[in-house]
Amino acid sequence: MELTMLYYLIPSLFMFCCGVYGFVTRKNMIAILISLELMLNAVDINFVVFNRYLFPGNMEGMFFTLFAIAIAAAETALAIAIIINIFRVASDIDVREINKMKF
Amino acid sequence: MESVGSIIMYVIIALAIVIFSILAVTTRKILRAATYLLFTLFATAAIYFQLDYEFLGAVQIAVYAGGIVVLFVFSILLTSHPGDNSEKLASKSKKMGLVGAAVMFIAAAWSLFSRCEMLMTSRPEMSNPDMQRVGEALMGTAHYQYLLPFEAVSVLLLACIIGGVVIARKR
Repeated sequence: MELTMLYYLIPSLFMFCCGVYGFVTRKNMIAILISLELMLNAVDINFVVFNRYLFPGNMEGMFFTLFAIAIAAAETALAIAIIINIFRVASDIDVREINKMKF
Repeated sequence: MESVGSIIMYVIIALAIVIFSILAVTTRKILRAATYLLFTLFATAAIYFQLDYEFLGAVQIAVYAGGIVVLFVFSILLTSHPGDNSEKLASKSKKMGLVGAAVMFIAAAWSLFSRCEMLMTSRPEMSNPDMQRVGEALMGTAHYQYLLPFEAVSVLLLACIIGGVVIARKR
């Protein structure tokens, strides 16, 4: 058995679909953010796998993943700051309850 | 042809990714979801190590597993009682989610298998990108070198810190 590209792309595709499912069904804002992280992570795997299998001498996919990780970290930190602030004024982080722009 | 050990490692990693990502989106305790996310991120780092990108695997563990998951756990403990179950999903939203995920899966799988011959390429030989190559590529300004995005990310992180402080401070 040989580990071809497909063997790495299928788990990452599965991870992405789990992220889509969680993003649609979850009501808690932090759970939505967790699903978003799953999706971002699946895309990162794809970049690295394509880089490794199709262009093994270059490092483009690796650097794209590196910057994507940095941006995902920044985005998560800011989103969590916003969520905590929403919790402070509305004392709830259920997306169905947050329907006012001004409290 | 791969060695038996790396195939066994691959099977473990793939199973871990599939099982833990399903659990992360279906469990009803939010703290458990964060823990399963942590395991998924570790499995991803293991994939990077297996594909010879050691630096990337280390970054994945340090930033994702070390930083982001800790942020998640902090904010979960601040905003909800850890023992609470989230309420059961309405069957309508569950159905919507399953349909969305299935459509996504079919579309992506179709576009994967329509390029089947490329997907069956075996793994070419590659020497690990050592730290000197990575550092020169990050700090250079020539073709295929990344000083500008590196600086842009540093400015983004600064803006993110300031934004976080402004949003979260007491008024």
